[in-house]
Amino acid sequence: MYRRFRMPSVWRELDQLQREMNRLMEVPFGMRSFSPLGFPAINIWTSEDKLIITAELPGINADDIDLNITADSLTLSGERKQEQMGDEVKYHRQERSYGKFTRTIQLPFMVDPDKAQAVFKNGILEISLVRAEVDKPKKIAVKAR
Amino acid sequence: MTKKEEKAIQVTDQEVVEHEGLERTRERQCFVPKTDIYETDEMIVLVADVPGVDRDAVDITLDKNVLSIDAFNSSEEHEGYSVTYSEYVPGDYHRKFRLTKEIDPEKIEAVVADGVLELRMPKSEGARIKKIPIKAG
Repeated sequence: MYRRFRMPSVWRELDQLQREMNRLMEVPFGMRSFSPLGFPAINIWTSEDKLIITAELPGINADDIDLNITADSLTLSGERKQEQMGDEVKYHRQERSYGKFTRTIQLPFMVDPDKAQAVFKNGILEISLVRAEVDKPKKIAVKAR
Repeated sequence: MTKKEEKAIQVTDQEVVEHEGLERTRERQCFVPKTDIYETDEMIVLVADVPGVDRDAVDITLDKNVLSIDAFNSSEEHEGYSVTYSEYVPGDYHRKFRLTKEIDPEKIEAVVADGVLELRMPKSEGARIKKIPIKAG
C-alpha cells in the first residue's frame, strides 16, 4: 500500500482504465461458451449438491459408450463406428468424423459414484451425479457468549 | 478443467448466417449440421448430425429441387441448476441443398435415430446407371 501511493498518478489511472475495460468485457457466467477441448463437447450444470454433465454424442450406440466414475473424475470413452459401405459408394462430401475417443473430466466436487445415473437420448448423454456426503459443506453455528 | 487424451474426433459448431436480411423468429441459436452425402447405384444418401433433436421435430421440404432440412432441438434447461461450464449451445439446425433432377421426390425416406438424420433419396428409374456389357466380336 505504501508503494502504491508513491506511484506516479498516470499508472494509477492506467490501472483504473484496465479494470474498467475488464468489466466491459465481462460476460455473465453461463453465457460464455468455451470451444470444445476434445470430443465430445460437454456442458456442466451444477446445483448445491448435484451435478449434471451433458455430452453431444450423435450417432453413437449406447452400448459403445464407456463411463468410468471415481470420486472426483469422470472418464468418457467410446467409438463412433463408420457404417461399412461397399466399394461402389461414391462420396459427395464427408464432414462427419469417426473414430475412438476418450475424455476425462475433473469434477467440481466429490461425488458418490454409486449414485451416478446416465441416460442417452437423441444423441445426448446426460450423467447425473450427487455430491458425496463427506464433501457437503457444513454449517458452523456461531455462538454468542 | 479437462484434459484430452485422444483427438480422433473434433467437432466445432458452425452457426447459420442468414442471407437477404432474413431473421429467425425463434430465439434459439441455429447451426449448420455436419453432413455426409454419398451415392450408390440406386440412391443418394444424406447423413446429418443433429444431436438433441427428437424424431418428430424434423421438417424436410423439397421445393423446386431445393431440399431444406430444419431440425428443432428439444433439450431443455435443467431447473434448479446453473451452467458452470459450457462447450456447446443446444440449438436448432438448418441446411439447404440443391438436388439434381435425378431424384424421385415421392420416394424420399427420412429416419432420425440417436441424434442423426438419415435421408435416403432413390434415383428415378431413368437416372440409374445401366452397365452395357461388351460382347466379344
